[in-house]
Amino acid sequence: MLTPFAGWTMPLRYGSELAEHHAVRGAAGLFDLSHMGQLEIDGADAAALLDHALVGRLSAVQPGRARYTMICAPDGGILDDLVVYRLEPHRYLVVANAANTAAVFTALTERAAGFAAEVRDVSARWALIAVQGPRAAAILAPLTGADLGSLRYYAVDPAWLAGRPVLLARTGYTGEDGFEIYCAPEDAPGIWAAVAAAGTPHGLVPAGLACRDTLRLEAGMPLYGNELTARVSPYEAGLGRVVALDKPDFVGRAALAARREQATEVLVGLVSGGRRAPRHDYAVLDPDTGARVGTVTSGAPSPTLGRPIAMAYVAADRSATGTVLAVDVRGSRETVTVVELPFYRRTQEGR
Amino acid sequence: MIPQELKYTREHEWLAADGGEATVGITAFAADALGDVVYVELPRPGQAVAAGQPCGEVESTKSVSELYAPADGEVVAVNEAVVADPGLLNSDPYGQGWLFRLRLASAPELLDAAAYAALTGEAA
Repeated sequence: MLTPFAGWTMPLRYGSELAEHHAVRGAAGLFDLSHMGQLEIDGADAAALLDHALVGRLSAVQPGRARYTMICAPDGGILDDLVVYRLEPHRYLVVANAANTAAVFTALTERAAGFAAEVRDVSARWALIAVQGPRAAAILAPLTGADLGSLRYYAVDPAWLAGRPVLLARTGYTGEDGFEIYCAPEDAPGIWAAVAAAGTPHGLVPAGLACRDTLRLEAGMPLYGNELTARVSPYEAGLGRVVALDKPDFVGRAALAARREQATEVLVGLVSGGRRAPRHDYAVLDPDTGARVGTVTSGAPSPTLGRPIAMAYVAADRSATGTVLAVDVRGSRETVTVVELPFYRRTQEGR
Repeated sequence: MIPQELKYTREHEWLAADGGEATVGITAFAADALGDVVYVELPRPGQAVAAGQPCGEVESTKSVSELYAPADGEVVAVNEAVVADPGLLNSDPYGQGWLFRLRLASAPELLDAAAYAALTGEAA
């Protein structure tokens, strides 16, 4: 079943989204993520530009490695969350959410003034296929000469896969070990078919957007538009670790330094003992007085845990693990408990 | 395939009338649009329902959809099996996935299979 998504027509699911979810947790799933935006930053000042434009210290990322980071507005609000690959000392690939790519490109271009670096939107040059799940490495190994064992988590390398040149990255958005394969659009169908054929005996299935959302939610990973918006800073989102406040200067630094100290709402995980799931925008309430203390950003019945889970912004004084709250689920109250994120953590860490 | 012998609503319920009672469920089209159903809330036996009014809900991992009464009447039975195993709505929406039985208070205005097929763009 297909769905419109950020100007693309995307597979919501290929069959059963529950089966796809369990396949990724237990074996592997194959995702078409070609909608994601790619921006290339090239030039002698590429590292300095990204240190200025983004909240992280991208100059400290070694070539061949990736970093999860964010781009913020001058007021500290999040414009997008990004994965940035340092391909070469003076060349980075910035991967943005499809709906935000144009805005990120505009902001980076503006912020590039005075830097010897060029910002190019190369989204149309890259297709993206992800193989996620505990069997991912075993599935890809016969298709590539690359040494997957030495490709560590958040590393990236040019490689040949199924006879085609790719960028092979050990990154993902599911909470499992896995790979993201950046390739030329004309090579994507052949790579997809080769991975599908190699993966089927391992239990790999094609997997859509629906299970991608429940997988990332279980893994406690934020989604732009839900947990992350221009109204919140990385601190409120519980991702202050991505902000390098000790950098000399960068866009949003002063505002972020202030917002770090005054986060009144924070992102928490909630689990419900009931059966009805809290959903996006539902009110979080004090269970005794019914007073509103927060808002759900994402929620779903967790396929892995077998009960509803949610992420929500709640008042800082209600955010301690174990705090009992309520969610207004379409007019009736469901009791929920604040838990530590993530809801799910894979047992064997990827390298 | 849309069963020819059933009647349908624009809210994607089906209704099988026999005498003054009717069995109610949701269509395969609706079940497929929802995705894997993980929770079903049904009206209570004895509850009076009014045509077009919400009387329950169906929840999948991705979304929640209200269940609308297809006709005026009183609920006389509910399918506890589908409450225990909501996946029946996906696997057998016109059979084991039935939702409740209604004693009809009036003759409902419903779509026939051809009209419902036209609504959903499916083959009747």
